[in-house]
Amino acid sequence: MIEINDLTKTFGDSVVLNNLSLNVDKGEVLGFLGPNGAGKSTTMRILTGFLSANEGVIKINGRDLESNAVDVKKLIGYLPEGAPSYGDMTVISFMKFIGEIRGYKGDDLRERINHVLELVDLQDVTLQAIETLSKGYKRRVGLAQAIIHDPQILLLDEPTDGLDPNQKQQVRALIKSLSKDKIVVISTHILEEVTSVCTRAIIISKGKIVADGTPAELEGKSRYHNAVTIKLLRPYEISEDLLELTEELSIEKMEDSLGYCVVSEKGESLFASVSALAHRKNWPIKEIFATRGQLEDVFSKLTQGA
Amino acid sequence: MNMISIIFRREFANYFATPLAYIFVVIFLITNGIFTFELGGFYARGQADLLPFFSFHPWLYLFMVPALAMALWADERKSGTIELLLTLPINLHHAVLGKFAAAWALMGVALVLTFPIWVTVNYLGEPDNGVIVGAYIGSWLMSGGFLAIGSCMSATTKNSVIAFVLTVSLCFIFIVIGSPILLDSFPHWVPQFFVDSFAALGFLTHYDSVSKGVLDIRDILFFGVFIFAWLFASGVVIEIKKAN
Repeated sequence: MIEINDLTKTFGDSVVLNNLSLNVDKGEVLGFLGPNGAGKSTTMRILTGFLSANEGVIKINGRDLESNAVDVKKLIGYLPEGAPSYGDMTVISFMKFIGEIRGYKGDDLRERINHVLELVDLQDVTLQAIETLSKGYKRRVGLAQAIIHDPQILLLDEPTDGLDPNQKQQVRALIKSLSKDKIVVISTHILEEVTSVCTRAIIISKGKIVADGTPAELEGKSRYHNAVTIKLLRPYEISEDLLELTEELSIEKMEDSLGYCVVSEKGESLFASVSALAHRKNWPIKEIFATRGQLEDVFSKLTQGA
Repeated sequence: MNMISIIFRREFANYFATPLAYIFVVIFLITNGIFTFELGGFYARGQADLLPFFSFHPWLYLFMVPALAMALWADERKSGTIELLLTLPINLHHAVLGKFAAAWALMGVALVLTFPIWVTVNYLGEPDNGVIVGAYIGSWLMSGGFLAIGSCMSATTKNSVIAFVLTVSLCFIFIVIGSPILLDSFPHWVPQFFVDSFAALGFLTHYDSVSKGVLDIRDILFFGVFIFAWLFASGVVIEIKKAN
């Protein structure tokens, strides 16, 4: 379990983290969202003991990070931003180095390396120098070093950044398969990643948590959650018809003037009443559907105004 | 100790995984040869000792050691691997010592490979081999001093060229501090003990006797403390600079 209490970090005059408090439990896959410069990487770096905070206490499995740094670091697997690794080394010698530092020897070490290289699908390039590998492979080397000791806590800073869509899928599937009985924290600004792998999402902005909940809960905060989107076959003014409905709603016209979005001011589901009305009034309907909230809306609402 | 040796092995093996170690050793041997035979008049002196060989080492190290040391930390910071290294379950001093030791060991390898000159001098005459061994040890200790400065300078910047220039400059200062030209330029009113303690910081003061085979415990201590101090400073600088 990770407990973060009142974490504050400043660089010179700028406050990067401002009294941030957060608990993460075993089994959670936490998506850490925020615009660039919001403090995601800084939080990761403090959690891994790379940086120290100006104020605040971090406990990992009940142990104070600052006074037990080396022991706590043993519990953590970390993929730093950009997945840095020693380019001159071959994949296998790099993994050996990390494995040895993580305390493996002899057959144990070989077994762990083979297992992990298989997991991230790197068996074909074990003898290549890391700098000759493509970006996707390098990222997987970074992942492999982070999971070689089967850590209880996995911190991944932008794990799919720069990967192609197939590689992203692979990495996400890998994260999902690893996450049982672990704590996984993923920092990202790719929002679909959160919906696809995380059980919980946090949005931070200017060093503060501005939203915390399951991805579905966050989506629910979107203005467009439960709204109804209507696409018409030919121009037709629907706003007058909509006056017949009792719900408080607003209408947004789409650019092509053949589409509308009907948004409930109270977030209620409008689909039933709007579709019934459409039927009654014989709107020239091409498509009509209820919209799910988009994390994008919530994200920009919370991080721009803040 | 175990962590230091793992880091040491990685660093040391890495020197040989790239052309760096080979180029370094070959150039070290060639320049050593030029200095000894052309400038030092090894044959013309008609003496069976290695004084001309050892007396040029400070000037040889002035450029060779910073070249070896410049990448120690600057590259780690530039490539971001410092974040990887320091979030592994090790202490900072493991990394500082392991990296330093690997570079110092490479210096040792380069020095050991100068053995043909030692064979030559034994073939030509009857040198005092004890003196030669002492001088080798002294020379290696001095290279450690240069390296420790280099380690610290390398930690101050992401740019290894800047690290190189800084290290050369500082090493130059520590070479000339003990030289007579500088010491004689002190005005008379400066107390003698001040001049002496100033001179005591210089490499040449300690290396001169060492290169003649006089291994004084004070000289060994000087280089030991010197190395420790600069490595300690490296740790402090890394701690301050690592996040930038």
